Amino acid sequence: MTTVATPTAAAAKKPAAPVQKEDAMLLQKEMINRNYHELATARAMGRKVSATFVPGNLNELLMCFDLARSLPETNALQNGMRKKSGKMIMDAERDGHSEDVCTYVKADLGMMLGGEVGPTGEALPRPDVLLLSYTGCFTFMKWFELIRQKYDCETLMLHVPYQGDGKINPGMRRYVVKQLQEKIIPGLERISGVKFDIDRLRQYMRESAKAEESLVKVLQSAKQRPSPIDGYFGGVYYIGPIFTAFRGTPEATRYYEVLWDEVQARLREKKGPITPDGEVDEKYRLVVEGPPNWTHFREFWKMFSDEGAVVVASTYSKVGGVYDFGFRHDPDRPLESLAEYCLGCYTNLNFPQRIDMICKYMEDYQADGLLINSIKSCNSFSAGQLLILREVEKRTGKPAAFIETDLVDPRYFSAANVKNRLESYFQMVKQKRAAVGTAGTSVGAH
Amino acid sequence: MTRPVQEIVKQCEALFEDLSFKSVSDWKAAAPGRHAIGYMPVYIPRELIHAAGMLPVGIFGGGDQMEVIQGDAYYQSYICRIPRSTIELGLTGRLDCLDGMVFPSTCDVIRNLSGMWQIMFKDKYIRYFDVPQDYDDTVGGEFYVHEMEVLREDLAKIAGRPITDDDLKKSIAVYNDNRRAIAELYAARARQPWQVPTVELYLVLRAGCVLPPEEHTKLVREYIVATEAVPRAKRDNARVVVTGVFCEQPPLGLIKSIEMSGCYIVDDEFMLAMRWLLDDVPTTGDPLQELSKAFLHRSAQTSSKYDERKADKGKFLLHQVKSRGAEGVVFAAPSFCDPALLERPMLQSVLAEHKVPYTAFKYAENTGQMAPIREQAGTFADSIKLWGAEAQEAPKSPPKKTLPIKEVAA
Repeated sequence: MTTVATPTAAAAKKPAAPVQKEDAMLLQKEMINRNYHELATARAMGRKVSATFVPGNLNELLMCFDLARSLPETNALQNGMRKKSGKMIMDAERDGHSEDVCTYVKADLGMMLGGEVGPTGEALPRPDVLLLSYTGCFTFMKWFELIRQKYDCETLMLHVPYQGDGKINPGMRRYVVKQLQEKIIPGLERISGVKFDIDRLRQYMRESAKAEESLVKVLQSAKQRPSPIDGYFGGVYYIGPIFTAFRGTPEATRYYEVLWDEVQARLREKKGPITPDGEVDEKYRLVVEGPPNWTHFREFWKMFSDEGAVVVASTYSKVGGVYDFGFRHDPDRPLESLAEYCLGCYTNLNFPQRIDMICKYMEDYQADGLLINSIKSCNSFSAGQLLILREVEKRTGKPAAFIETDLVDPRYFSAANVKNRLESYFQMVKQKRAAVGTAGTSVGAH
Repeated sequence: MTRPVQEIVKQCEALFEDLSFKSVSDWKAAAPGRHAIGYMPVYIPRELIHAAGMLPVGIFGGGDQMEVIQGDAYYQSYICRIPRSTIELGLTGRLDCLDGMVFPSTCDVIRNLSGMWQIMFKDKYIRYFDVPQDYDDTVGGEFYVHEMEVLREDLAKIAGRPITDDDLKKSIAVYNDNRRAIAELYAARARQPWQVPTVELYLVLRAGCVLPPEEHTKLVREYIVATEAVPRAKRDNARVVVTGVFCEQPPLGLIKSIEMSGCYIVDDEFMLAMRWLLDDVPTTGDPLQELSKAFLHRSAQTSSKYDERKADKGKFLLHQVKSRGAEGVVFAAPSFCDPALLERPMLQSVLAEHKVPYTAFKYAENTGQMAPIREQAGTFADSIKLWGAEAQEAPKSPPKKTLPIKEVAA
């Protein structure tokens, strides 16, 4: 664990409490920043640039064509965490975009309007290719159409069918593979000028599988009591490299080994998760559905950690790949495996599958309850979440609660409201647990 | 003998207002073993349902006449209105007459509603129907044919008999005729919009959501004859295309308000499923292949569909404007409708390039306050009348000859 002094305006008067971070978190931050630098210098280095989305992200394939890789959602969330997204969103709204639509899109478009300066302060290049992997989110399609409209970027569409029946049928898999063979790969060859080498793809996929193996061990460590990790707030750091430009690289494999070593050490010492404000003394174990709020990320996390609430499993950490149910990139059947990866991402699962997954988490991770963070921007996640809440409560008998925030629009984060709801919820969990405990005692007494 | 136009409109209005879908129950009761399958906007190939001997029923939400109580409990305030009123219809038993529901790939909300339906109405047939966003016959086409095969087999199980190619070809012919009748209706309105008020056109179209297509085709043609027989006053209105209304429907009052404010609606996106395919589907050859080709190469453009090239964006809307002699475009989008609202700035920039004036507002299916919309649409119509023709060089009347839509969309 490392302590990082953060200089703030208030620091001149009173020293701010040092932020505590795991070494893996720092390593992850360094990797993400390095990718931004690679993007910023791509033109100077003669590299072509791609943009693609996190769910259904074909990083291994893009690397086969030596493309620098930008992920617009990650840019938006990084800008959100750095408190830059509010102005970008308002700029996009002034430019004609509705207040009703996804704020990731508007933050991205606003960033472009503001001179395309990325989260780290370096200017990001316009992509040479938009790989529109249309996986689990309708807005993706419009997002890249909007960028194409503005900048005339070449766009390659990969339509990933939705698992409406809760399964991947052969027709769906064949459709995705065919698009990869006939559209995506030839398109990337033409744009990049690099010939496709399937053995290179296999090698990247081998690395992916190693990192996925370690990630799953990390995520499943939360089954222990106390959990050594937070599977939501900490989880978003853990998924950073594998969900973005690093899956398939040896550095991602190394990152997950370092992370797993750290987690094992905490397991041995029976330590709880590390938060920016120190270690959590676990009182409540929660499952969380939905993405986090990024503009007030630390404040949001603190509302949990102050109460001793640890998120033991989350659905958001499966948005770029559901690995804990067994999927691994398979170098022996590379294109089929890429297709299955895309088809299996969390938001591409149907409602019964999502509910089953949450209920399984509740049981496997011995959670006290479910919390849904419903995001105004994201219909893919949010539409119907109130039914998820009812169903999970009905099936597990555990209390569930609902809060509303947004991804990167600071106007939709009401700290007082969220805090009130969380405090009431933790009270409810406590009472429910006490009631179960009493019932258990009385049963035991007989 | 043709009935008076008011009588036809009254019949359509009664069907529109009947949120218990009595006409569907009556149709089912008229013969043993009949089934009805609901579908949501924007598009599904209704030919498959019809070929199974079933009644396809368009479910376009609850409108502004139904109080939504239970449905609201399933959605946050920032989700559009149509799924909550559809759930209300389901939970209050109004959709009990349906044996199944098909949810097309319109947006994430309709997509998720398919899964909610699976949980809430376990005894019904429920299918999420994906349509391709790749338009090559051997890629997206192959997938689409596979999707249709699955639906065909499912429906055959419910019907208790196979759906043969001949059944499909007959249904394709029935829907070809229905689309031709609707095209005649739209052409009649574009020619003389004062003779075909859009409120009436809308009600006639909406009747097609619950009537068997053969009956609906007759009704449409009967209306055209009946309305042309009674001359109505011509006003000096601006000719507009209304776009964005392909899913959640505006209340009738809103359509009336647009026309009362000084606009003639000469094209629109209401119930686009009925006009989705732009020409006849051949009744020879493999019927699923033909339906697939029609979808891939000769279908309407709307926000739920991917545009392969930047140059394709807005082509269909521009064609609507030009072929109907429209002087402006009204963007009417349901609140929180991702497809319509994300598409809007792109379409607006295409219109700006072509010097077509436009205005934009949002609505919900239960919008009650029409005054602001009337004022906005009225100001828009005035601005077109006062300055539009000179400044925008928009045509005042329909061009004598226009390209068939399929040529533009191809």
